[in-house]
Amino acid sequence: MHAISYSHVMQGFPNFFCQPNLREDKLQPRDFHILFVPRRSLLCEQRLKEKGVLNSFTNIDEYILDLIPYDGDLLSMESESSFRECYLENDQTSLYHAAKGLMTLQALYGTIPQIFGKGECARHVANMMLRMKREFAGSQTQILPVFDTLLLLDRNVDLLTPLATQLTYEGLIDEIFGITNGYVKLPPEKFAQKKQGEGGKELPTEPKKLQLNSAEELYAEIRDKNFNAVGAALSKKAKIISAAFEERHNAKTVGEIKQFVSQLPHMQAARSSLANHTSIAELIKDITTSEDFFDSLTVEQEFMTGVDTDKVSTYIEDCIAQKDPLIKILRLVCMQSVCNNGLKQKVLDYYKKEILQTYGYKHILTLKNLERVGLLKPQSTMRNNYPTIRKTLKLWMEDANEQNPNDISYVYSGYAPLSVRLTQVLARPGWRSIEEVLKMLPGPHFEERQQVPTGLHKKRQPGENRTILVFFLGGVTYAEIAALRFLSNMEDSGTEYIIAATKLINGTSWIKSLMDSPEENLP
Amino acid sequence: MAFVTANWNPLGDAFYRKIELYEMGWNLKDGLRDCLVAAAPYGGPIALLKAHNRRSPSARPQLEIFSSSGLPLASFPWKSGVVKQLGWTVSDDLLCVQEDGTVLVYDLLGGFKRHFSMGNEVSQSQVLETKIFHSPYGTGVAILTGALRFTLATNIDDIKLRRLPEVPDLQGAPSCWAVLTQDRQSKVLVANGSHLFVLDNTACTPVTPPGLSPQASSIVHMCVSFSYKYLALLTDSGLVWMGTSNLKFVLLLFSCRCRRPKSQQPSAVVMWDGLLLVVGECKETIQYHLDDDSILVPELDGVRIISGTHHELLQEVPGACEEIFKIASMAPGALLLEAHKEYEKESQKADEYLREIKEQSLLSEAVRQCVEAAGHEHEPETQKTLLRAASFGKCFLSNFPPEQFVSMCRDLRVLNAVRDYTVGIPLSLTQFKQMTIQVLIDRLVYRKLYPLAIEVCCYLKTPEYQGVSRVLKHWACYKVQQKEESDEVIAKAVSVKLADAAGISYSEIATKAYESGRTELAIKLLEFEPRSGEQVPLLLKMKKSPLALSKAIESGDTDLVYTVVMYLKNELNRGDFFMMLRNQPVALSLYKQFCKHQEQDTLKDLFNQDDDHEELGNFYVKASYKEQRLEARIAHLQSAVDEYYKAKKEFSAKTTEDEMRLLRFQRKLEEEKGEQLVGFSLHDTMTTLLSVGLHKHVEQLYKDFRVPDKRFWWLRLKALAEKEDWEELEKFSKSKKSPIGYLPFVEVCIKHHNKYEARKYVSKVTLEQKVKAHLAVGDVEGAAEAAIERRNESEIGTVLSRCAATTDHLLVERLNRAKATVAKK
Repeated sequence: MHAISYSHVMQGFPNFFCQPNLREDKLQPRDFHILFVPRRSLLCEQRLKEKGVLNSFTNIDEYILDLIPYDGDLLSMESESSFRECYLENDQTSLYHAAKGLMTLQALYGTIPQIFGKGECARHVANMMLRMKREFAGSQTQILPVFDTLLLLDRNVDLLTPLATQLTYEGLIDEIFGITNGYVKLPPEKFAQKKQGEGGKELPTEPKKLQLNSAEELYAEIRDKNFNAVGAALSKKAKIISAAFEERHNAKTVGEIKQFVSQLPHMQAARSSLANHTSIAELIKDITTSEDFFDSLTVEQEFMTGVDTDKVSTYIEDCIAQKDPLIKILRLVCMQSVCNNGLKQKVLDYYKKEILQTYGYKHILTLKNLERVGLLKPQSTMRNNYPTIRKTLKLWMEDANEQNPNDISYVYSGYAPLSVRLTQVLARPGWRSIEEVLKMLPGPHFEERQQVPTGLHKKRQPGENRTILVFFLGGVTYAEIAALRFLSNMEDSGTEYIIAATKLINGTSWIKSLMDSPEENLP
Repeated sequence: MAFVTANWNPLGDAFYRKIELYEMGWNLKDGLRDCLVAAAPYGGPIALLKAHNRRSPSARPQLEIFSSSGLPLASFPWKSGVVKQLGWTVSDDLLCVQEDGTVLVYDLLGGFKRHFSMGNEVSQSQVLETKIFHSPYGTGVAILTGALRFTLATNIDDIKLRRLPEVPDLQGAPSCWAVLTQDRQSKVLVANGSHLFVLDNTACTPVTPPGLSPQASSIVHMCVSFSYKYLALLTDSGLVWMGTSNLKFVLLLFSCRCRRPKSQQPSAVVMWDGLLLVVGECKETIQYHLDDDSILVPELDGVRIISGTHHELLQEVPGACEEIFKIASMAPGALLLEAHKEYEKESQKADEYLREIKEQSLLSEAVRQCVEAAGHEHEPETQKTLLRAASFGKCFLSNFPPEQFVSMCRDLRVLNAVRDYTVGIPLSLTQFKQMTIQVLIDRLVYRKLYPLAIEVCCYLKTPEYQGVSRVLKHWACYKVQQKEESDEVIAKAVSVKLADAAGISYSEIATKAYESGRTELAIKLLEFEPRSGEQVPLLLKMKKSPLALSKAIESGDTDLVYTVVMYLKNELNRGDFFMMLRNQPVALSLYKQFCKHQEQDTLKDLFNQDDDHEELGNFYVKASYKEQRLEARIAHLQSAVDEYYKAKKEFSAKTTEDEMRLLRFQRKLEEEKGEQLVGFSLHDTMTTLLSVGLHKHVEQLYKDFRVPDKRFWWLRLKALAEKEDWEELEKFSKSKKSPIGYLPFVEVCIKHHNKYEARKYVSKVTLEQKVKAHLAVGDVEGAAEAAIERRNESEIGTVLSRCAATTDHLLVERLNRAKATVAKK
């Protein structure tokens, strides 16, 4: 079973089926089936037809896979290049799938009465949803709505957040090791089993693969914490677990022993989970305590607070001179540009020239892509409105409490993600209070209402939470998810958030998706 | 009421009854004599075609279609070839199988729909006999050809012709044959004299029905029951064999003289001139006298007898009816009926009867019986009597579920409506349940009885999109084919009627309009279609491509946009195609995406058309990397430069020129020095040159490409350290004042594990970075001095954290003191 995407088909995939060993394998006749995910595509079929392999498939079908649940409160389309397609290539296929996915969601969980949105893509998705709703009139489902509100947010409304280094536990795991489809691959050294009597055992060489989701009790507890609060949480947990194991000395009667034994599997799972996360935390700590990490974070925070954003940063200069990873440089330069609402032409050209001379001319296309999506831009005559936005939305909190947070800014140790602030303000007191700022951000903001069949209007009990589905078009970071979960769990917030996105991203994977670096073909 | 049993005849334990359904409304001169007749099951229509007159082949016989009540539905002269067989499909289409194996399909109002062939083999050897049969897979056609071979198609809507194996020793036409559906495939049962064979896809298997001696006599007729469960055979000695159709069990052997059997469930009906014989399992018979030529139509629960004047149903009396109406029956239902009769007469006997039922606590059973019996009765009066009795009985019951009674009343109302003479669909309740309401509505629609169909839907509360909407759609499809009315009138009429109906597919209606040649009407109708995606295929078919394109874009479905774009690409010439895309940016960018993957040259043309010089420049850059020769690559880059200048992208143009210069330089040096360089970035080129000591060339690059001093210093610093050329490094550090300071020197040396060299540069480091520098070379004391001197609290802290409390006892104390003083300030 292989999943293939459109671009796969466009490139080498049909050739695979043209291979003679597959087609003329008479000894062992095989059946080929093709299941298109997320949807059947005309182009793919046409391409297969051109290659003359379409008829070799016994079955051609589609498996409509729009929104995949990744956790109890998280859905993702895992549409790799959706941001690139929407903002760079003007191909809105993934938005169509998003709208379809939302229709399926509504068929299962009832019509969502209120739709808010900000950005061009959000507008497009909302339009498609309303149109689809008209088209399906007559086959309406009679289900009590689960969601009260849908909020559609364009990623390009908030370009800053993904560029910043996430500082939650899960966010850092993603930044450093990369989480793909709910799994992370870690260097194996720290996970070597230390069993007595096997001292000479060789270290494993295969990367350690771990599944990460809320089903793991400990992980659910610490995933969204600021990394600086994780150590304390882990040691607390360690004490609880060892205390639980100590209980066995108190077990005197057969009944007590039996009870203790019955809890053993659970305790052992907790202990191995603790061991795993302690190892991961150590791995992360090695990096976060390094000078490099500290320096880079300092510069990020300076940019976010508006320090020296209008001139060439010495730090970036030095990084380029030392040929640090290109993506790190691009993240920083883009961040500076976003925080300054564009760079002075001279500064921008200097950075570009430095990058091209150091990393190679071929990155000229990547730079052009970044410019086209607005991550890099020359300063226009318009004044820099980022400071206004920062102040109005309180994007920078001086005294972010990392241990016992009282504001979402803890996820970036000071910076409150713009996207989540917009969500927060929408829930209370409402967007009307920030009209001015909304106008400064790109794309239209809007509100739509959908007619809910009579008799299905939700009568909220006092104290019952509202449920808002927040859909990030173009991707969402783990830190943003953590911030929204924080809002859900906040006392007297009165709102529960469910998160959906076209893709789970971080700054690195995001920038990577926008790169265009041709392969060298000279001999 | 007393006469309910008048037409009952006992047969063994059961009774059979013959009910008159209709007095036929047709006026046939010669009755059914010499006619090809086909009557569809489930009370379907009847088709009649006078046999071809061999002596005057030019005479055109009339093909007539009637409802079951004999009302004419269609009539037209038959102009095609010689018809061998008529038959009906499951969806009430008439099949006319011609001698040459062509099958013509007509709808039940005589409209020609299509034709198909049963294959070359059939058309060459001509059709000898044909049978039309029904199975779960649809309607099938089986043909015995002149070459004595069988060809069979199980489903005429998805024709897969199968030629069955040969029957051994078949000299002439077999004496009789039938089609069976067993084990999910259709088989043919053939009798050749006294031999019986089963033909399936692969083999011809001889079989012997148990109890029938093989040499006995030849089989002249056979018939399979409606459900394919039972089989009846008739031999020339007048023996009737009845058994299961798999020929494993025999039910009955009966001797008589007869000619044409139609087999039913465990009883067979045998008909010959003027006499009809029902043979049951119990070796008893019932005989009916027939006045006229008749045909028999097997049904699920009986057999219909159609003669020139009458239409009758012969069936076993259903259990419930028998219980109630059998003479002297004491069944609860019978008593309840009696009780109700007495109650109507205001007689106290009603109470006695009721008591009798209640004493046995059978009242609910009685009600159930009455309701069920009502369903099986044909006369509305009898139905009403029974239902009233049931309703009466219900009064004395608490908690009796009302559903059965209510749905029976509904069903009966619908059944009586369709049984009406003018509609002529004589369905029994059993048949109705089997065919489902959906199919019944379809049948009404086929007969264009739209108002009745809608009434039925509303009455039975069928969900709108399966019921009313569907009927309205059919109505509209029919309406748009009416040639005499103008487009406006029809479009208006359709939209008014369909306005409130949910889930109507206007595109289907529009397709019908287009098929009957009314393009304008089709476009008008499409406007009502809410699903833009649905409009697209038809718009394309009608060559309304600009509209199709904008509708596809409107739908948001990019795959649909691609469908249209690809279609246009093939239909239009290139110029028009590009023009059309130009007006539709969404389509254009999608097409560009496609070109990026598959048609690079087209992509270039598109950029050219739009005068998008920047994109053209990018295009050449990309192309340049595909080249394997340096000259070709530089040529592409030159094109890129030209385009960038046209686009006023100075920076891009300049950097591209730089790249060309660099490539040439690299090539030249490669040739001179044999060092691999081409394709490297400027930075990497310089690093490589430094590592091999080509300092002069590096200087040249530094000047030519205006490398910033800072980066140049870094570059040289790192390259020298890499080479561990410490002497050169020291010289370099003294060449002039470092623009990057001297901390990097310290750090780079440490990185290459040379503490000794590192120390040399510590003194040169600026005051701000001194602490760091000292710490880097491991000189804690020096760091402490520097920190205390600078009175910087955080620096003191940093140093403190590096002190080992045991060894540096004094130092720690000093630092702490300093820290305290700083803090005080």
